[in-house]
Amino acid sequence: MLAFILRRALQSIGVMIAVGIIAFTMFRFAGDPVNQMVAIDTTPAQRAEVRASLGLDDPVPVQFARYFINAVQFKFGVSYQFRQPVSALLKERMPATLELATCATVIAMVFGILMGIYSALRKDSFFAKVLQAVSLIGISLPTFLIGILLIYLFAVTLGWLPSFGRGDVVKFGWWTTGLLTISGLKALIMPSVTLGLFQMTLIMRLVRAEMLEVLRTDYIRFARARGLTTRAIHFGHALKNTLVPVITVAGLQFGSVIAFAIITETVFQWPGMGLLFVQAVQNVDIPIMAAYLLVVSVIFVTINLIVDILYTIVDPRLRATINRPA
Amino acid sequence: MTDAPLPDTPAPRTPSLIARAIDSDIFYSFRRSRLTMVAAAIVFVLLMMALFAPLLVVQNPFDPAQLELINSRISPLWTAEGQRPFLLGTDEQGRDIYSAILYGMRISLVVGVLGVSFAAVLGIGLGLIAGYVGGAVDSLIMRIADVQLTFPAILIALLIDGVVKSALGNHLDASTTLIVLVVAIGLSFWVQYARTVRGSVMVEKNKDYVAAAQLIGLPARVIMIRHVLPNTMGPILVIATINLALAIITEATLSFLGSGMPDTMPSLGTLIRIGNNYLFSGEWWVIAFPGLALASLILSINLLGDWLRDALNPKLQ
Repeated sequence: MLAFILRRALQSIGVMIAVGIIAFTMFRFAGDPVNQMVAIDTTPAQRAEVRASLGLDDPVPVQFARYFINAVQFKFGVSYQFRQPVSALLKERMPATLELATCATVIAMVFGILMGIYSALRKDSFFAKVLQAVSLIGISLPTFLIGILLIYLFAVTLGWLPSFGRGDVVKFGWWTTGLLTISGLKALIMPSVTLGLFQMTLIMRLVRAEMLEVLRTDYIRFARARGLTTRAIHFGHALKNTLVPVITVAGLQFGSVIAFAIITETVFQWPGMGLLFVQAVQNVDIPIMAAYLLVVSVIFVTINLIVDILYTIVDPRLRATINRPA
Repeated sequence: MTDAPLPDTPAPRTPSLIARAIDSDIFYSFRRSRLTMVAAAIVFVLLMMALFAPLLVVQNPFDPAQLELINSRISPLWTAEGQRPFLLGTDEQGRDIYSAILYGMRISLVVGVLGVSFAAVLGIGLGLIAGYVGGAVDSLIMRIADVQLTFPAILIALLIDGVVKSALGNHLDASTTLIVLVVAIGLSFWVQYARTVRGSVMVEKNKDYVAAAQLIGLPARVIMIRHVLPNTMGPILVIATINLALAIITEATLSFLGSGMPDTMPSLGTLIRIGNNYLFSGEWWVIAFPGLALASLILSINLLGDWLRDALNPKLQ
């Protein structure tokens, strides 16, 4: 078990080093940082001075080591467009994105699991078929179209919800939250529904499939034979075994929720990391792009690692295969 | 026994390709599913409309000389302020929405098909090599695939787009942007093909026919492409169909985010981005019809992909 965790942790570090090399390559070789920082009338001598002061004349491995050491301390250089340290920009934007992604995941899990259970237990009912059809549409519609549709419905036509921004936020140190004000909560509804919809349909389909599978197994038949109530069978026995893969998928999907937040944040002008990244791509602001890649990778890799470890703790069968010598 | 056929036995007739196709299991399951037939009809109609767009439109939306500001912001034909010949209305620049959708769909489909083809060629090639050669080459390719699989395609496509822009300058012309999009989509979607092909190759390469081909001294390249590859094509076809929908979504998303096709040569995603600016001023048609076109295109392709997956899955038959 410990060996497995160590091996997975080593793999994660390997992935991070690979991503770090890519981020450094982007940072260093895509576009000349000096050109971005100096004015047009700077003399070649002054350019050379700036170049030396940035350490761009050192050997590439030295530069990489320096970039890496800085990145570990959350120093990602200075943004070309904002002339501010990238880490300050990211720190300011991160709470918005994490709050949005968490809300979206919670919505996706709660409704996805409920709808999945319903459409498995009443699989021939009319409403279950409607759910199946809607879920196919949910997977097919691009995120931004869903967001625009919601804005048109609830902001433009009905005027119930704000169409952009975060509303009022409360500060806790460097963290900001919109969860404690009415306008903040109202602003959160549409973006998190938009972002969570794809995951919700995914979880719903997964729960339905797993549940149907489990209901066919012998131990459920045996539970019926023992005379347990239907509710105890469905929720005590079937659901419990359904939820293991669901939690894994939902955990792994949290990473892509953060990545897909790029689109949702653009539609709703949500002041998070994703919007910052899109603006960076448009303005070729390489330090922000590289830093975003690194931060998001750390989140992805950490989640993958945690899910993998949790999975082996929850499912004893896996533990057996891991402990067996290969 | 002689080699000559007996005179009174009729030679076995090989049925024509069309007859075989109509008689096949796949065609049978196609006929059985009404939804699939509707989806196929929609895809076919949209494809034809995109293909023959120049014959079906009232103006070339990519040619600024044909746009007149006098015609800007006209609502659809059936509304009170509608004007001929602008069936679905016009946008701010006097661009006919109907014509723009047809031309935009062309771009979306071209980028989608080329992107998926690029991804397929790259993925199949790397998968074949990884599966057939094995060893260090295999683990290198598959580790890269693993790392890339951690990241959603849209993020990779955006990064590639940004890096190319910084290398080539921020203001690319429309056709260069199209190539960049194809490359970005291709590089973000190859992993699935590589994994699938590798898996099939690992199974196929231990079969007798491969050993026979090796015995008669065929080079590895020929065995891979002529003998192993055709046996891995079933799942590839399914992935390619579902990926086509994903690639079109990715292109539309990139264009919507402002990293894709420019306003002068809009794809469906660009049209939606332009229309999004008029959401609050009541000109709903500028965004509604391109959105509808994109949604029906993707939904129909997805339905076809779903059906194909079930039809080609021997477990379900």
